[in-house]
Formats: sequence, structure tokens, C-alpha cells
Amino acid sequence: MRHAKLGRTALLGAAALVANMSLAMAETTLKVVPQADLKNVDPVWTTAAITQNHGYMVYDTLFALDSKLQPHPQMVDTWSTSDDGLTWTFTLRDGLLFHDGSPVETNDVIASIKRWSVKRADGQAMMSRVKEIAPVDAKTFEIRLEKPFGPMLSVLGNPTLLLPIMREEEAKTDPNTQVTTIIGSGPFKFSQDEWVPGDRVVYRKFEEYKARSEPVDGFAGGKVVKVDKVEWIYIPDTNTATQALMSGEVDVYEIPPMDLMPILKADPNITVQVLDPLGKMGHIRPNHLYPPFNDPRARQALQLLVDQREFLAAQVGNPDFETVCYSVFMCNSALESEAHAEPWMKPNPEKAKELLEEAGYNFEDPIVVMLPTDQQIIYNNVLVMVGKLKEIGVNVDAQAMDWSSLTSRRAKTDDPNADPKVGWHLFPTWWTGVPMSSPLTNAPLVATGDPKTAWFGWPKDDEIERLRSAFMEATTKEEQMGIVDAIQKRFYEVIPYLNTGQFVTPVAWRTTLTGVPNALLFVAWNLEKTE
Amino acid sequence: MIALIIKRLVATTFVMAFVALFVFGLLHLAPGDPAAVIAGDIATKEDIERIRNALGLDLPFHTQFFNWLGAIMQGDLGTSIFSGRPVAELILQRVEPTLALTTTTILLSVVVAVPLGIVAAWRAGSWVDRSTMGFAVLGFSVPVFVFAYLLIMIFAAHLKLVPVMGYVSPTDDVGGFLRSIALPTVALGVTYVALIARITRASMLEAINQDYIRTAHAKGLGIIPILFRHALRNASVPIVTTVGIGIALLIGGVVVTESVFAIPGLGRLTADSILRRDYPIVQGVILIFSAIYVLINLTIDIIYIIVDPRIRY
Repeated sequence: MRHAKLGRTALLGAAALVANMSLAMAETTLKVVPQADLKNVDPVWTTAAITQNHGYMVYDTLFALDSKLQPHPQMVDTWSTSDDGLTWTFTLRDGLLFHDGSPVETNDVIASIKRWSVKRADGQAMMSRVKEIAPVDAKTFEIRLEKPFGPMLSVLGNPTLLLPIMREEEAKTDPNTQVTTIIGSGPFKFSQDEWVPGDRVVYRKFEEYKARSEPVDGFAGGKVVKVDKVEWIYIPDTNTATQALMSGEVDVYEIPPMDLMPILKADPNITVQVLDPLGKMGHIRPNHLYPPFNDPRARQALQLLVDQREFLAAQVGNPDFETVCYSVFMCNSALESEAHAEPWMKPNPEKAKELLEEAGYNFEDPIVVMLPTDQQIIYNNVLVMVGKLKEIGVNVDAQAMDWSSLTSRRAKTDDPNADPKVGWHLFPTWWTGVPMSSPLTNAPLVATGDPKTAWFGWPKDDEIERLRSAFMEATTKEEQMGIVDAIQKRFYEVIPYLNTGQFVTPVAWRTTLTGVPNALLFVAWNLEKTE
Repeated sequence: MIALIIKRLVATTFVMAFVALFVFGLLHLAPGDPAAVIAGDIATKEDIERIRNALGLDLPFHTQFFNWLGAIMQGDLGTSIFSGRPVAELILQRVEPTLALTTTTILLSVVVAVPLGIVAAWRAGSWVDRSTMGFAVLGFSVPVFVFAYLLIMIFAAHLKLVPVMGYVSPTDDVGGFLRSIALPTVALGVTYVALIARITRASMLEAINQDYIRTAHAKGLGIIPILFRHALRNASVPIVTTVGIGIALLIGGVVVTESVFAIPGLGRLTADSILRRDYPIVQGVILIFSAIYVLINLTIDIIYIIVDPRIRY
């Protein structure tokens, strides 16, 4: 009898063991080589793109944009706006839970909106018109405005600088202090214990996540998770990452290098696809505070040195992924317009030289250009400009440095003519297309001239500011496009910055993955992995 | 010997204090601002100022230094500016892969290079000697990452014998560990094999031309006892020095190998932290590296005394 019991116990134990083993074996893990290492985990504290991607894994958003950049409710169930457009009422979906099991309520949402709005240009624009955000009950809240705010839903669903809904506890943290307890209500849970900064980030499926019923479209629709675990494996070496994808050690390579693209495209086991049709825009920023670039003629001279084809060839070197674009709000976007750009599309070095002379430049004073040698695309971009400037006789002081040095130096408002070791005249970067595609979020277009609110380079132009403000009140597409036309005109009169060409960066993944959503970046819901 | 150890350990305290001040000063004098990196591209000058203020990076240099030093005295290496996690925890996460790679590389180097150097010296001028020295020149001349890519191409991409990248802990899977560490060890080891083989050959050449070796030959001793018991022991001081320096160099110099093979070790942690100006991590790692260097030097000195009793300090 005793032996029989022991036997049964052993059998049951063995069965449980087998069940556990098969459960472990059945676990599907998606391995992704992300675009960068996840250095910090609070998507409000930093604007770093990789932290925004992390935010999408862990947090949910009130609204989300579809593949055509139109807003749709995500955490919100129903919403309405009063006839005068001054009161917006939102009701949350039933059954929304945070990863700790607590329900998502309006006090969490309101605290999250307030924290986020301090750090985001579109959030600040919205809050400048907000009288109050008030709870109605645990699931309903109102945003009461002093003046109408047309792009409300797009702002709440901003895809590149997302509005993450946190627990009130975390959302009450000072926006300049990092939240380190990462508890969201999104489709994946952040596995804090398994995070090895500089190497690996692990997310696990949030079983209680309640996905919407609509099909996925961009960031909108149901975020149905079909993998158990997602690992972001940071591989700094691009050759190694490419080989790892080809050998099947990883499933996805988020931004493979352009020069290795032909190898990946030729591999039948790999899909190469552009998920973000807007891509990025090459950018060179003049310092508007000091001569010669405080004079619009000097900035126009720079514009006349730009042949985007040459700049794109240096930055990307693959015509399949390049677009010559003179639209301030990007090409392929809802606000695309190349109006008034025609005279500036063809380079004219002689005219550029004349304009620089008219602006008072003597061709002897050094023009300080910062060259970030550790950022290949950006470095190549500015090298072309350095060459162009030298061709017309400008005395270029090209200062090589790493990106970290550049990011701290560009914040300095010192006069480069007085001290070329501290101040600067020109620096390069690139911008993600989505924020550039709206007057509200196009940061380098902000022309207040005030270092507190304007982006580095600090342009000042009251007309651009007036037009940006008018855009907030525009409610129809016609009104918006009228303002866009006026901005295009003014842009090429004052040249706040130089666009050096639009380009896309495709994502590569193994064909064992199906159902990858056409969001603006690689997201891990909806897709299935087969062995 | 105990006096030597005590004297060295006391000296270590001063070395560490100097290193702490030097590293802290150098990092804070270098251009770059972690607050600007954290704030990201869309931030304004004011955003950066606010973050700098919140992190205490706007405090005077001496205040920051004494805050850090005070914490170090209490065994606290500080907190990463970026991830907000304790530096000690981040370093501990990374010690094992670097230690494993360093150990396997040194083992491989010594096991291959010392016999190679001995044979080259014994058969000086022969094809064995020429081949060994040719290999040594190749090992010095070809950068580690070139060897690494070649190895990946052949053994991982084509033959699929080992993984392209990553690290598996021996506590999780010994077989997986050996497979994951094989290519990085060979890639990194080539230079050290070359270095140690050359030094061994040179030292052995000097030793085997000495009178006592001729005497050993005359006594009718076999070649193995002559080479290993008599010549190698007398030639071992420079070899031990080179191996010791090699270990020290390896600990700090594995960054390229760790990057190519995506091994989450201390080298990568240091390089990444320097690039983004995560001062507490860089300071913590360099302090630990300097302590390791001092200990390695002490160990080498002790080994000198053991292998050559004539040496006195």
C-alpha cells in the first residue's frame, strides 16, 4: 500500500516535471538587436529614441496613431468634445490593469499627463491652453481648455515621444528625476532583475493585458501578444549583428547598416522592410546668436551650398532609401509641401559667396564646425558641408569630437568668434521624421530665440512663432495646409536650419516571423514566431 | 616575504588614492555632459540644466569629489547616472565574462606559447624557429578584430560550429560556455601567444648558451630535463613578467574582443560608460582595475622570489 502511494507520488511528480519542462520548452522568445543600448528606462525623463521604444513595450497610451498617422483610441473607450471645443471628456476602457494588478484609474492618467507635458513641446503647447484636467470618476476625466486646441488627439497619441500612462505613484515623480520602478499597463512587463545595462533587456508577456478588438494598424488596434518573452540583445558591432541575424541567433535587427543591406536582401531567410515611411532627415544647424549666421543672408548662403543628392550619397549611399525633400514637414507626411522651395533646390556657390559677403563675413575669421567622429551618418553629413564651405573660400575650423562632447558643447551660448574653443557656428545631426512632420513637435523650428524654449542654435523669428501658434487653433486640413504654406515661405526667407535629405532605415527580420505590424518602429505585438 | 606583502598593501592605499583623484579630475575636465546625453536630442538648454541640477552635476568640482570619496570610504561606489543602478552591482554583473575570457586567453597563451618558444630556441635557425617567429610577427601585426571577423566567418557563419556572439555562463551550461568563449579566446590569444613565444625564445636562447647547460649536456642529461628543469627555470623571470603584464593588459584591453563578440564584460562597460560620460561607473571600474594591477604586480614579485631565490626586496 505504502509502495503504491509512493509510486503514485513519484508518477505525479514526474508528470508535473514533464509538464513544467514542456512549458519551458514551449516558451517563445523573440530576440531583437535594438538600435541602441537601453541606458535609462523612463521615457519621460529622456527623449532618447530607444527609451521611447522601451516605453511602447511597457506602457500603454490613451490614443495611438495608425499607419496613416491618424489618431485612434487605445486605452480610451469613448470620448467627446463640447460644441465650443473647450471641454474634452474621455472614458477609459474596462479592465485596464497595471502590471502589479492594480486598476488603471483617472488619477493615474491625470498625473501621467501632467508629468509628460512638462517635458514635451506638444505637451507644453497643449498645457498652455489647459485650464484644468479634472477627474469625473475613476474611469472618466475631462480636459478643460481656455482656448480650443485642434490637434488634441494627435498630441495624446504622439508616437515618437509617447505619453506613457504610469501609476500615480511614479507619475508624481519630478519630471527631471528618473522613474526607476517600471510598472506600466502595456502588453509587456519589464523584467528588471534580468536587465543587464549595455547587454540585454528582457520583457515578458503581460498575461492580463486586455487588447482592443480592432485589427492592428500602426500603433493603433489590438496589441495581441503572441510571444512569451522578448529579449533586446545589444550588439555594438554591426558585422557581428548581421552575422547573428543570418545565422538565426537573433530574429530581428532593428537598424542594420546600409553597407550590409545588399547581403541581407540577398538572404532568402531574411525580410528587409521599411516600417517608417517618413524615416529621418539630415540636418545642419547654424548658430543664430552670432555673426555671420545671425544674418539670414548668411544662412541662405548655406542653403545654396546644399545639393541634397550629394549629402544623401554621403549619409546613406543607397538611392533605394533616399529622398530629396525640401518640405519643412517631411515628404510622405500629412503636411508635405515643397511650396516656395524651388529657388533653393539648385546649389549656387557663387551666389552663396556673395550672400556671405553681404552678411559681413570676411572669409578670414574661422567658422567653427563640430564634427562628431563616432556618429558615421552625421559625420559624413557635415563633412560634405565642410568641403562646400572650403570650396567658396570660407576659413573652416573643423573640430573633431565625440557625440557626447558635441551634445554638451552645442548647449553653450558663448560667442564662437570670441572663443572658438567654446562657442560654435555649425553642427550636424539628424531628426526622426514624425516629430519633424508637425509645427508643434518640430523642435528646431521653434523660433523664440530663448535658450529656455528654443532648440540649440536659438533662432528668433516672430512670424514663425505666430504661424506655429495659429496651427494649434486650426481644426480643418485646409486651415492647416494654409499655415504650412506660410511656414514654407517664411522658412526659406530666414532658414532656421538646413535639411540635407530624407532617408529611411529598414528593419531586417528572419522569415520565421510573420505579422510584423506596420508601425513606425519595430514592435513586438501581433507577430508570430515559427521555428 | 610577509614584510614585502604588507609594504605593498600599504603602498596600494596611496596608489588608489592618487588614482581616484586623477581619474575623477580627468573625467570632469574632459568635454561632455551626461545630462546632455540623458536629455536626448529634442531637449532644450533649460531641460539639460534641470537634469544636471537634479543629478548634482552642477555642484562645484571639490564638492562632487569629496561626496564621491566619502561614499567610497564607506564601500559605496555610487550609482550609475543613466540606469540609476548601483555601480558595484553593474560591475559584478560584468566581472565573470571578463574574468573567464582573460583566464582562458592566458591559459591558451601559456600552454601554446611557452612550448613553442622553447622549441624555437632549441632549434634556433631551423624552419621551426622561423615559422614560430613568422607567426609571432603575424600575431603582432594583424589587429584583433580582423582575426575575430575571420574566425566568425569560418567557424560560426560557414561551419556553424560555434555561435557568432554572446556569452554563456559556465554555471548555466559548461558546453555552451566553451562554445561561446572559444572564438574570443583564440582571437584575443593570438597576440599574447606571439608575445610570450618571442619572450620565451629570447630568454631560452640566452639560458641554453650558459656554461651550466653545457655541463648538463656533458653529464649526459636528456634534452627534456635540460630544457625544462635547468634552462626554463633560469629563463622564467622575463616570461613570468610578460605573462603578468599580459593579464593586466588583458583585463583592461578586452574591449574590442568583447564588442565584436557581444560579450557583456568590463571592457565594454568601461568603453560605453566613457562614451556617455557615466562618471561613477568609469571611476568605479578604474579604481578596481588599479587595485587588480597592484595585486598582479605583487603576485609577480612573489613568484620572482619563488622561481629565483637570489632575488631580494
